Amino acid sequence: MNAALLSADLAYWAQSLLRVLGGLVAVLLPAGTVVYLFLFKMMSFMQSRLGPMEAGPFGSMQLFAEVGKWLQKEDIVPERARPEARIFKLAPLIVLASTFLLVVVVPFGPDAWFTDFEAGIFYALAVSSVSVLGILIAGWSSANKYSLLGGLRAAGQLIAYELPMVLAVVGVVIQAGTMNLQQIVVAQNSGSIFGWNGVGNPYILTQFIAFVVFMVSVQAELTQTPFDMPIAESELVSGYMTEYSGFRFLIFFIGEFATAGVFSMIASVLFLGGWGVPFSWFGWTTMDSIDNWMNVGGPLILFTKMIVVVFFIMWVRFSYPRFREDQLQRFAWKVLIPVSLANIMVTAILKVAF
Amino acid sequence: MAKPRVPGLIKGLGVTFGTFMRTVKEGADTVQYPHEKEAPPVRARGVIALHEGNCTSCMLCARSCPDWCIYIEGHKELAPPRRAGGAPRKVNKLDRFDIDYALCMYCGICVEVCPFDALFWSPEYEYSEPRIADLLHDKHKLGEWMETVPEAPELEAGAEKKGKK
Repeated sequence: MNAALLSADLAYWAQSLLRVLGGLVAVLLPAGTVVYLFLFKMMSFMQSRLGPMEAGPFGSMQLFAEVGKWLQKEDIVPERARPEARIFKLAPLIVLASTFLLVVVVPFGPDAWFTDFEAGIFYALAVSSVSVLGILIAGWSSANKYSLLGGLRAAGQLIAYELPMVLAVVGVVIQAGTMNLQQIVVAQNSGSIFGWNGVGNPYILTQFIAFVVFMVSVQAELTQTPFDMPIAESELVSGYMTEYSGFRFLIFFIGEFATAGVFSMIASVLFLGGWGVPFSWFGWTTMDSIDNWMNVGGPLILFTKMIVVVFFIMWVRFSYPRFREDQLQRFAWKVLIPVSLANIMVTAILKVAF
Repeated sequence: MAKPRVPGLIKGLGVTFGTFMRTVKEGADTVQYPHEKEAPPVRARGVIALHEGNCTSCMLCARSCPDWCIYIEGHKELAPPRRAGGAPRKVNKLDRFDIDYALCMYCGICVEVCPFDALFWSPEYEYSEPRIADLLHDKHKLGEWMETVPEAPELEAGAEKKGKK
């Protein structure tokens, strides 16, 4: 993660190795935490049971057991998918790749980042839709009508909810005046509310509508429960994942929850102040005056905020039943998009007025 | 003044969060089975026990079993007469009494139908086997279950007592 910090005195191969390791940590650690903390434990507690308890203390090693189980299983390719087996096998990797592409722009600290794009959020929104391709390929190449239906539903849903997500982010971009995620963090933490800079100016206060729209869209992008029409297990037998087994199912699974973690990181960067603490607490004013320890503390702060955001995603997931397909589309096009368009207009007017 | 209506969406979130907090504070409703055991109610249908001395191998239980999971074989024997000078009595001797718990569906008809109180329900439930054939309990094993049969609960006030005594 500190690749940028060390870039001056490290060979190219060492930098690349550091970046790859950092990327793996940044994707797999949130995924593991989300699955254990929320999918295993919180879900069980909300249903008045304890969840896994046998593997390790309080079942904390359960994930390793699950991964071991999946790795042992046979990698099955359906008979009618054989002619296109290579495409069938490639699909989950595309889904996971979009997660890795996404984590690249997330800033973890003043110098702890993988890349510092000028158009960071634009890039993030663009690569997050790469996973649609993987899902569509998975659904189609499975040679199974349930998978195809699930893939098509997923494509329709993900494209429909991509739009309110982009429009919600536009409000933040207008207010911050930049698309660089690093500068959005700085703008929030060095900001002030009517001259009071005790908590900076996290955009969840001024852009609350955009935050809600963004979170609803994230829920749909992750196909979590109120929007889990594509993988509806009771009618489509897990949709596009039906024919996958063993390692490739594991990749889909990691992709789903790693994306939940990464999207929550992006949400906390955009709306909750990201890795920063309000700069006035320590008397910082600009990027250069930030102490070096923030490169270690920043990732921890971002991780904590991510946990909070994922808590809300999962809470909603475990509480609500699923939308019907037409309700789901109507909600995106007739509610979320007009609301976020209105939000953009109001933000723009206020930005010019103040 | 009417109470303000809470939207159902928010109420639903409250239900799951309430259950979450209750589980944290008071523990789950579930039991961690191999470590702690639930005490089944006295009348639970766990396993059927055989009191061999009461059985006359009348075959009523075997014939009324919907799954045909009771196997009875017996033969007649001559026993000494009750009174001196009487004819020897014919008694039914039980050679085999097996219940195949791989087939049994725990309906309890055999217990109900037994006219001589030879079959009893026991709440014991831990008798799974790695081999399915071992679920066939012979009369010796069924007799061992008798120890686990609880005392019959008190009759309700005003209930009609059947049988002798």
